[in-house]
Amino acid sequence: MKAQTLYDKLWQSHVVREEEDGTCLIYIDRHLVHEVTSPQAFEGLRLAQRQPWRNHSIVATADHNTPTDHWDEGIKDPISRQQVETLDANIKAFGALAYFPFKDLRQGIVHVVGPENGATLPGMTVVCGDSHTSTHGAFGALAHGIGTSEVEHVMATQTLVAKQSKAMLVKVEGQLGRGVTAKDVALAIIGRIGTAGGTGYAVEFGGSAIRSLSMEGRMTLCNMAIEAGARAGMVAVDQITIDYVKGRPFAPTGATWDQAVAYWRTLVSDEGAVFDNVVELRAEDIEPQVTWGTSPEQVVSVGARVPNPANEADPVKKGSAERALQYMGLSADTPISQIAIDKVFIGSCTNSRIEDLRAAAAIARGRTKAGNVKLAMVVPGSGLVKAQAEAEGLDKIFIAAGFEWREPGCSMCLAMNADRLEPGERCASTSNRNFEGRQGQGGRTHLVSPEMAAAAAIAGHFVDVRTFA
Amino acid sequence: MKPFTQINGLVCPLDRANVDTDAIIPKQFLKSIKRSGFGPNLFDEWRYLDHGEPGMDNSVRPTNPDFVLNFPRFRGAEVLLARENFGCGSSREHAPWAIEDYGFRALIAPSFADIFFNNCFKNGLLPIVQPAEVVDQLFSEAAQSEGYRLSIDLQAQTVTTPSGQSFPFEITAHRKHCLLNGLDEIGLTLAHADEIRAFEAAHQQRQPWLFV
Ligand code: SF4
Repeated sequence: MKAQTLYDKLWQSHVVREEEDGTCLIYIDRHLVHEVTSPQAFEGLRLAQRQPWRNHSIVATADHNTPTDHWDEGIKDPISRQQVETLDANIKAFGALAYFPFKDLRQGIVHVVGPENGATLPGMTVVCGDSHTSTHGAFGALAHGIGTSEVEHVMATQTLVAKQSKAMLVKVEGQLGRGVTAKDVALAIIGRIGTAGGTGYAVEFGGSAIRSLSMEGRMTLCNMAIEAGARAGMVAVDQITIDYVKGRPFAPTGATWDQAVAYWRTLVSDEGAVFDNVVELRAEDIEPQVTWGTSPEQVVSVGARVPNPANEADPVKKGSAERALQYMGLSADTPISQIAIDKVFIGSCTNSRIEDLRAAAAIARGRTKAGNVKLAMVVPGSGLVKAQAEAEGLDKIFIAAGFEWREPGCSMCLAMNADRLEPGERCASTSNRNFEGRQGQGGRTHLVSPEMAAAAAIAGHFVDVRTFA
Repeated sequence: MKPFTQINGLVCPLDRANVDTDAIIPKQFLKSIKRSGFGPNLFDEWRYLDHGEPGMDNSVRPTNPDFVLNFPRFRGAEVLLARENFGCGSSREHAPWAIEDYGFRALIAPSFADIFFNNCFKNGLLPIVQPAEVVDQLFSEAAQSEGYRLSIDLQAQTVTTPSGQSFPFEITAHRKHCLLNGLDEIGLTLAHADEIRAFEAAHQQRQPWLFV
């Protein structure tokens, strides 16, 4: 048999039918649902008098609109509250395998909640009306974001109409240096291939540096695959994957577990499988990254300077760089380490898992946030992450360092709730998008790893976490 | 869904790369539980000088005269000409809803972000990929001649300029069929319900742990 990529295997094991032009119906195993992109889909079902095909494929939570403080006061913004209550009502009416509503211990960001409950398993097709669904590819699953019409389509038919993408291998060989994280790898890859570099591809991340990442790190990496324009990101299954899944609430048990593991072990690209494109990076070359512009590809190493658009030959890129510098309030050639910040956000589906919080806490321990930093907030990805962090005393470390310790949710990743930047405020953020206005109108976002964000909070400006003694 | 056959539409050029869906429709408008009414808030932060919130009367808000959509000569445009990686970022279908609600019927760019591209077809919008040189040419023609229109024929899969120059574009047979006829994809898929059921039964045999 022809050597297959992991992506080929995942795709082919889910094809229900194929048209002559290659358009396929793909069976969907797991449907994650949140409050922002689902109301119109449920409404569509209702109008057409349809029922979900298999409501036990659905795992739902409220995350984008939920506040991160004063939970006793509920959701104050009436429009946000209506959206969350609409999800409550829709799940009640249509059913689901699991629903973690606002204030539930297991509530949180949908991409943190799925994996930690074992609702994301290797070999699955996973979709969600959310672009960062690519996160779940870390499990050797085929996972990607869909629009609301597709959310309705999956609910009604358990399938998606799609064509197979091309396959790209991004290989990172070698050993990552101290202070260099999965986030830095993700940003370095995007810096290399660009935000449209992955367009039309499903990307598999491989190589020894990727194999050595924890599941949390792999999720961070796959999460950012969408920022490289890829349809999906994925990492092959290995012992690290299997150990992570074992014992989680929705993971199989007993004899079924053994049967599942035997199958999951086949979820790797075969020796000699051919990719349409291969990109290689050396782990040793990757340094802590900081974005300087309004697109994740506008990124440099922390020791570098803000690029000068005058050196950019491509006129479209040059125009983007000029506009970005203006929006960001930065001058060309400024050393990154001289950029002072106003706020720090540690959270989002990219970097809000326990490992991220441990790494940030290790930097904050025994130190104090700089006076010019108005707010440094830590927002755990879920109630379970929060509980775990508190059990380890991380909350106390953060609070002692002058950080705020919040309730879980998307928070200032997209500022749909009350957490946001004011115009002109500059933020070191562990989230995934530095677009104009993403964290609040006029807000200026620099994407960094949790360690780098914590170090920036202490120093008051960006600083190379490796020199941060 | 409105069928798309052919149009001869006024072109509005938006000369920026990597236009993201946060820019197309800012997050505060995502709190709506409806599918319509997003047009007045398309490109809200670029289009208006004040900060927009849901429920505002957009007709009395100060508009940004420097933003291309506000130029009188582009009023009523149906074709949005854009640069690479248009529609990147969040999966929000509110972006194509806003574009469609505003009155656009087709988009032309060197590349589109994947989820956005898919979402367009579900809403009667036709995204057309053209080589960067062609897009460059269309940008300069649209800048030079006021009232510049393009003819787009989905059946023939062509974009034709006022001077009669014609460029072919690609689209899958399935999408073309749905768009030409304004078909609801769910209905089409459910015609294969037996196949889905058969697949599901076999899938459950192979991977029983997926069915709890
Ligand atoms: S944390 Fe941010 S990127 Fe992730 S799902 Fe929430 S809003 Fe989207």
